[in-house]
Amino acid sequence: MNSKPKSGAAAKPAVSLPTKSRITLKVNGAVKKLEVAPWMTLLDALREHLDLTGTKKGCDHGQCGACTVLVNGRRINSCLTLAIMQDGAEVTTIEGFAEGQMLHPLQQAFIEHDAFQCGYCTPGQICSAVELISQGRAKSPDEIRELMSGNICRCGAYSNIVAAIQQVMQAQERKIDK
Amino acid sequence: MNRFTHTWAGDVASAISEIAGDGTAKFIAGGTNLIDLMKENVERPNRLIDISRLALNRIDSAAGGGLRLGALARNSDVAYHEAVEQRYPLLSKAILAGASPQLRNMATVGGNLMQRTRCCYFYDTATPCNKRKPGTGCSAITGFNRAHAILGTSEHCIATHPSDMCVVLAALEAVVRVTGPSGDRSINFADFHRLPGDTPNIDTKLRAEEIITGIDLPAKGFPKHYSYLKVRDRASYAFALVSVAAALEMDGHTITEARLALGGVAHKPWRDPQAESLLHGQSASRDNFVRAAEALLQDAKGYGHNSFKVELAKLTIVRALSQAAFGEGES
Repeated sequence: MNSKPKSGAAAKPAVSLPTKSRITLKVNGAVKKLEVAPWMTLLDALREHLDLTGTKKGCDHGQCGACTVLVNGRRINSCLTLAIMQDGAEVTTIEGFAEGQMLHPLQQAFIEHDAFQCGYCTPGQICSAVELISQGRAKSPDEIRELMSGNICRCGAYSNIVAAIQQVMQAQERKIDK
Repeated sequence: MNRFTHTWAGDVASAISEIAGDGTAKFIAGGTNLIDLMKENVERPNRLIDISRLALNRIDSAAGGGLRLGALARNSDVAYHEAVEQRYPLLSKAILAGASPQLRNMATVGGNLMQRTRCCYFYDTATPCNKRKPGTGCSAITGFNRAHAILGTSEHCIATHPSDMCVVLAALEAVVRVTGPSGDRSINFADFHRLPGDTPNIDTKLRAEEIITGIDLPAKGFPKHYSYLKVRDRASYAFALVSVAAALEMDGHTITEARLALGGVAHKPWRDPQAESLLHGQSASRDNFVRAAEALLQDAKGYGHNSFKVELAKLTIVRALSQAAFGEGES
């Protein structure tokens, strides 16, 4: 560990010092260029570089789902990927769903069904539900519960979360039927 | 997390040459396990070689009627792939029994094989662990070992391999395709992961300078009689206490071929061809299922908190075989 440098040679670190990299993310439709250290997670980049604090840091280990965002349309845990690994990706966070003053149907349904108490898990729940509905694999409440199991709600609002998701699924089905 | 550099691998050859020259480097693809371990300071690479954009994410027909899964195919893409759902429904079930939709969207086939144990002492850098730091001892053997192994253990390590997918790949007798400096080679799935012995720090037979490029599934997929039964502390999003992949070929009521692989019980997906052979040519009856289960667990050893797993594994085998023979495959 403490081996001395050979005489005459300058002491050099064993590894070249990491430098920040320039990356580009398309976040909620807007192109963002930022400089990130290699070890910065996507979650930290969103919250600390782009001031998008809607995405929450819960466990920071991929176990709670509070950090769920959509990357290229798919839900992922933003705490378990590095920002640099997502260079060029399209990211959608909770801030990207409303259109002006018009809430996304899931946001509206969560309010109508009282699908949260403290609200900390809600941005992740909604991002997760957006992909769940777009995939169309969940039909029954049991299937919704299974495919929402990556989002923990410690207040226990699960039954209302399932009701809110069902409402949006059913409204979309009616639209398709027409 | 320690400080490190990140570089993109342009192709498989350069990925191999870069990792071969740097013992402190690691490949990263999905990152779901590695980044977690880095946050815990269990893994401290000086450099990440990012292979996630290599062209290894395809799922294609393979020679001999099988299917080739690219090493970088995401878990969700494999689980919901039409050919996998139709020809290898057991594999689809197992993948969907693991992790969460978010993690399955990130995690890759190759990374699933390479994930580390979830032993709480392996994760806790304040405690001795022969897998994390060889020679320091095993905290689990005399510690809180409810999640730990009952088969193939050693005095140095009783960790389990956490994968669901790998349990089914063992049952299907998949082949791992790897590339290294001296070219390509294939590793039978049964030989890929290893038992702890006196070197529990080594999980697999993959060499340091090799990269997994894909998994070949043989043509035989057991689409009619299968079950992946996973027993865990909650109904979803938890690691297995015991899981059983059961795959049968049947002629009427007679079993002509049986495959059984267990998860949550050993340092690798557990197969016992001798126990399986007890079912060959036999009728699909509870008595015969019990006989195979007893044989498979005859050398099992509990360590206190996990001793319940011995009986649980037998019961899970019997139920999984019943589901495979008579009903729908469940998870």
